[in-house]
Amino acid sequence: MSKSVIGGTKARVGHIVKLVVLFILLIAYMFPFFMVLINSFKRKVSIVRNPLSLIDTQGFYFDNYPEAFESMRFPLSFMNSFLITVISMIIIVLFAAMAAYVFVRTKYLASRISFGMMLAAMIIPFQALMIPLVSIYGNTLNLLNNRATLIFLNFGFGMGLAVFMYHGAIKSGVPISLEEAALLDGCNKYQTFFRVVFPLLKTMTSTLVVLDVLWLWNDYLMPSLILTKRDLFTLPLSTYRFYGTYTSDLGLIMAALVMTVTPVIILYLFLQRHIIAGVVSGAVKS
Amino acid sequence: MEEKTFLGKTKHFLMFAGPAMVGFIAVVIIPFIYGLYLTFTDWGGIGNHKNLVGFANYITVFQDGAFWKSLLLTLGYVIVSVIMINIVAFILAYLLTSGMKAQNFLRAGFFTPNLIGGIVLGFIWEFVFTRTLPVIGQTLGIPLFEKSWLSDPTTAFWAFVIVTVWQYSGYMMLIYVAGFVGVPKDLTEAASIDGCTGFQVTRYVTIPLMVPSFVICLFLSVTRTFMVYDLNLSLTNGGPYESTKMAAMYVYQMAFNSQRYGVGQAEAIILFVVVAAIALTQTYLGKRMEVDA
Repeated sequence: MSKSVIGGTKARVGHIVKLVVLFILLIAYMFPFFMVLINSFKRKVSIVRNPLSLIDTQGFYFDNYPEAFESMRFPLSFMNSFLITVISMIIIVLFAAMAAYVFVRTKYLASRISFGMMLAAMIIPFQALMIPLVSIYGNTLNLLNNRATLIFLNFGFGMGLAVFMYHGAIKSGVPISLEEAALLDGCNKYQTFFRVVFPLLKTMTSTLVVLDVLWLWNDYLMPSLILTKRDLFTLPLSTYRFYGTYTSDLGLIMAALVMTVTPVIILYLFLQRHIIAGVVSGAVKS
Repeated sequence: MEEKTFLGKTKHFLMFAGPAMVGFIAVVIIPFIYGLYLTFTDWGGIGNHKNLVGFANYITVFQDGAFWKSLLLTLGYVIVSVIMINIVAFILAYLLTSGMKAQNFLRAGFFTPNLIGGIVLGFIWEFVFTRTLPVIGQTLGIPLFEKSWLSDPTTAFWAFVIVTVWQYSGYMMLIYVAGFVGVPKDLTEAASIDGCTGFQVTRYVTIPLMVPSFVICLFLSVTRTFMVYDLNLSLTNGGPYESTKMAAMYVYQMAFNSQRYGVGQAEAIILFVVVAAIALTQTYLGKRMEVDA
């Protein structure tokens, strides 16, 4: 009896120690974000003198935000990022699911070869393709500085992982008898796919949406090679440009960084569970 | 469901896989093959004029000491980062699967850096290393922090490693958490009843059953750190004195700054082969260590 009480106290102390250690660690993890946030409300002189002070010696200073908002053309970059991310994501998910469907359900030679190539190509990193991509789409076809080109490249580059993951999901999660029933009921192949198969792939679709949106929204290297006109810049591109232009204007930079990060953080607050589930199942399945 | 005639098969295939194949072939397959061709040319980036130069680019690459130096540097960075990422991630996952109330909140918190792109993360840390830590160091009298870590080659390397570990440990933590959760409870309980200590249970039961998680995490951390570019660009931009210029940045600059596209592409291919060889060997060895529950 007394032994179990002691054990209980010991376990509880251990538990509290663990919790304290983890919270200290979390504060350390969050420290950089916190620094940027507090310094975005200060004047440059206060930032240089003491970046650790919570507020400016003259109180909260809000002017960094409107100025940074204007000079980095935030609404425009945001819209560019938004359009490119959403359109790329939709076509990746849609066409990957359709391709994976025909790869799983047919034994055509074309299906087997195509799927094999996609699997093998998943190991190719973007850096091994960037120079020929610029050569083909830039010098030969002259298609740079066009959002559609970037969307098409995202589409092609995102295909491998998405097809691979839908392939697994269809194989293990879609009963063929349902499709046969739908065909008997007079659905054609497209109707069968869109009304029966695609809805059953909901879980995998949300995983892919999470993975693709995080990748597309934050992507820098590919957009930087395709889009060089300021009007077309996505958020990472205009952040980079802004940082280069206002290097010494720390307050503005801090405000710009906060504004760039905010949309994703807001999304994370609402969809945290889905995002974490998506990342885990994406990693485990690939 | 399958079509019988060749025409029917073709139509069925194209109806579903047509768009996917157009994108995949145009963006991955053709550029990959064309990239191999580029390594045998002297293309200078302007116009379409190229001459075939045989293996000259590869010979240049093999004689380019700076490239090999940067590849070696990358290898060192990858080894140190991958080990630290996985140790930190494993410990976090271990602590965050012990059933405490705040564990979901904490997991979500440690994952946060992965929502943000390397460019922004690099700028955030640049501010921390150049402005914040020196002030802390001077105020508290800690010599290690008095100077900006990014102004000295050795500390800049470690600054880069720290940010990398900070960024990816939360991601790998999630995969290890899934691994811990997947270990059957009856096995760990049986081991405890048989007299194993907590450490022994982890060492001899949990870890062997989590080999698949280790394989995934090592694969992901090796491929990502090897190809690092964004963070490299915004945190150190290769400096000071090119002391942190990783292979991906070296390739980028060779092609797009020096306009030597053939040489750059040859280096990109070599980089790709090295990464693929390491990642696949590692996965193959890991798969052989898997055990069934």
